[in-house]
Amino acid sequence: MSATTEPQRTSGPPREVVRVHVPERSVASELRAIKIVWKRELIRYRSDRIRIVTTLIQPLLFLFVLGSGLQSLSAASTHGVNLKTFIFPGILCISVMFTAMFSAASIVWDREFGFLREMMVAPVRRSSIVIGKCLGGATVASFQGLIVLCLAGAVHVPYAPTLILGVLVLQVLLAFAITAFGVMVAARISQMQSFMGVMQMVVMPMFFISGALFPVSGLPGWLGVLNRLDPLTYAVDPMRRLVFSHLHVTPLARRVLDPGVTWWSWHVPAVLEAAIIVALGLVMLAVAIWEFNASE
Amino acid sequence: MSEATATTVPPDDRGASEPPPAIVVRGLEKSFGEVLAVRGVDFEVKTGEVFGFLGPNGAGKTTTINMCCTLVKPTGGTATVAGHDVVRDRDNVRRNIGLVFQETTLDGYLTAEQNLRLHAELYGVQSSLVPARMQQVMEMVGLWERKDSPVRTFSGGMKRRLEIARGLMHSPRVLFLDEPTIGLDPQTRRSIWSYIRTLKESEEITIFMTTHYMDEAEWCDRIAIMDQGVIVALDSPEALKAQVGADRIRIETEDDEAAISSLRERFGIEAVISEGALTFRIPSGEEFVPRLFAGLGVPIRSVSVSRPTLDDVFMSYTGSSIRDVEESGGSERNKIMMQVMSGGGGRR
Repeated sequence: MSATTEPQRTSGPPREVVRVHVPERSVASELRAIKIVWKRELIRYRSDRIRIVTTLIQPLLFLFVLGSGLQSLSAASTHGVNLKTFIFPGILCISVMFTAMFSAASIVWDREFGFLREMMVAPVRRSSIVIGKCLGGATVASFQGLIVLCLAGAVHVPYAPTLILGVLVLQVLLAFAITAFGVMVAARISQMQSFMGVMQMVVMPMFFISGALFPVSGLPGWLGVLNRLDPLTYAVDPMRRLVFSHLHVTPLARRVLDPGVTWWSWHVPAVLEAAIIVALGLVMLAVAIWEFNASE
Repeated sequence: MSEATATTVPPDDRGASEPPPAIVVRGLEKSFGEVLAVRGVDFEVKTGEVFGFLGPNGAGKTTTINMCCTLVKPTGGTATVAGHDVVRDRDNVRRNIGLVFQETTLDGYLTAEQNLRLHAELYGVQSSLVPARMQQVMEMVGLWERKDSPVRTFSGGMKRRLEIARGLMHSPRVLFLDEPTIGLDPQTRRSIWSYIRTLKESEEITIFMTTHYMDEAEWCDRIAIMDQGVIVALDSPEALKAQVGADRIRIETEDDEAAISSLRERFGIEAVISEGALTFRIPSGEEFVPRLFAGLGVPIRSVSVSRPTLDDVFMSYTGSSIRDVEESGGSERNKIMMQVMSGGGGRR
């Protein structure tokens, strides 16, 4: 074989070798690792314009097609509020949710294409990688949510600064929790088809049950129970309260369309709802870290 | 295994000036359930040498290299890399090693530069030195002009070169290369070897690699031959070939049948016919040739004497030549497949 011949030296003027060294692991180096993993998610999101567009299609279908199509049917019971306006908070949530899921899915790709290994063998904690990944997914998903939020005017929701800020905070929390959930699932699954299957199985029921498309009061008993168990309920509800607090609607319409989540007739405060999302996100992050630490 | 330990440098030979070994492995074992993949290997790799692990697929090379670079936990024995134990001091081992895997571990959506920068950040390389170091390693593998191209546009050979550059980004003391040239065309394989030789001269680095190409093993300072989970031989390629001793002689004669019986009766040599010529082994082949002409009694048309190759070494240690033939046939096919898939594997 030709490789037995003397390999030609890459000749050239010998020059000073730039020698670097890898410092001991420290908090600073962990933060640096988190930052670069986070940054990678942003670079990949920015370069993937198709994904930005495709993940917008589903929420927009729900908002404009379903919202406009069912308008005449629902007109009698929405007390003068446009159906699109009513489901807008739910759409803000699902657009974040879909994007966050896709971000988490990249862990499965990373494993399939070997890049996960490059991160796993680095002299940093696995938790830094997982945290960076979750923060990256949360950031990207929040951006996507922000794009949908820009459509507020089209569905008669005002661009009030307090509204935008509030929505953004809720979106970040939700995006983080969903990414953590996705990463937790991705830790166990090595094939993209299986991951997408699991996601479909979880995401669509969560979306339909959450009350993104209907008011959460006066539901049939079984649905009411499922609704209160669905974590997404606690993201959609505060989002809706926030949007409705900036609308000029009749008290009746508010009572019917924005009843708020109740536990045995106790009104769950929005702050507690947000806290539930954060707590769930942190628990799933912890599980994800534990899973990645356990794998070789 | 006794050969393996016997051929390592005894401690008293190592002067005070000589640096401690880069890798010390003692009784290393790994079992996957019932299967014993690595059955207790011992070896040392000297600082600054190019050390090769040679063996067929499934011999336990990759498992051994994975244990040395902390990817797989041993089920027995110890391994020390750059002075740190691979189990108890995993982080310190990782800080000091560079890894190039068999399969690519680059992010195809990032550019070459972004891949290297990400690596530097993960390893905590001083930010001020990153640009200079990056340029140096990329120039070494001839990819500096392509630094802004997304890696998914690279050919198989370019990706492998970039991985070697990335593995060097943090100036590791030991570079692990698992089958670095597998699936590449001869030209790219040769250029990768020239980088490895350059590296050895320009950086203070120890290179530990696995291969199942015999011709590449020739380029190592020392090689360990692994078969079925144990090291069956360990020495420099020259010394190993000298151990086999016997040269191979091929003769073409007027009457092969008569020549075979004459060889058996007069010289006590068993010859076989392969590829239209009589072949046999004998020590100091060149000195035997005149005796052959004088004593064979059958007209000889041509004669050739060849020194033992690593193939011969491998066969003499592992014995099973059939499996070896199957193996090399398989890997050859595999190589061609990979070449086809990676679009030739060469430079674009």
